Amino acid sequence: MRRVLAFGMAVAVGVVLITTVSLTMLPFGSFPARQIGETPANSIGQQILEDAPQQTGAANVVTSVVWGHRGYDTLGEATVLLTAVVGVVMVFRALRRRE
Amino acid sequence: MAGMTVIVRTIARLLFPFTFLFGAYIILHGHLTPGGGFPGGVIIAASVVMLVLAYGIERAQTKVGFLHAEVLESIGGLVIAILGLFGILLGVAFLENVFPLGELGQLFSGGALPLLYLGVGIKVAAGIILIFYAMLLAFRGEKK
Repeated sequence: MRRVLAFGMAVAVGVVLITTVSLTMLPFGSFPARQIGETPANSIGQQILEDAPQQTGAANVVTSVVWGHRGYDTLGEATVLLTAVVGVVMVFRALRRRE
Repeated sequence: MAGMTVIVRTIARLLFPFTFLFGAYIILHGHLTPGGGFPGGVIIAASVVMLVLAYGIERAQTKVGFLHAEVLESIGGLVIAILGLFGILLGVAFLENVFPLGELGQLFSGGALPLLYLGVGIKVAAGIILIFYAMLLAFRGEKK
């Protein structure tokens, strides 16, 4: 009984997802349409591509996004790496002490 | 962990400066060409790992020790944080670019971006070396 109920729930969720995506979302294949203004030329990606070299002074647009537009995010990335290193060193030091 | 044969040692010794230089180039030109602090740091770490594999952990530790890597990683994080605090000291947001931008496409351009990438490069290189050392040193006692 519970298995049938779970299966029915999964099918219901799948039907809801598929109908929502296919009816109200964008048609498949029109990917860069997430625009702020009315036209694709006003989309946020296009604006960053045009303005980034003048705003940040870096010729590499990826760099100007990574450190110029969202520096907090990249600081978080560096913190993730620090946490990973601390975790690995901690685990292996504990292993060594136990032997 | 002992070293390898003399062929591997010679090749590793000859390749090390070029690999290191390539990593430094990737880091320093991060604001001009594809690349940056993360891949450049990994390349520098790979050059040191190559030396460790060829010469053995004991001889490599006399050049780049465990403590060196720990201190260098902290210095890299500190560089990023201090460069971010410059923005607050001058009255704008944290990590905002307050240095002169310079001419587009030159090596000395982009304000704080090359310095930030330098900090990230040092941090990533030291971090990967540290992970490698920790894994090697944990199992050193068993092999002997």
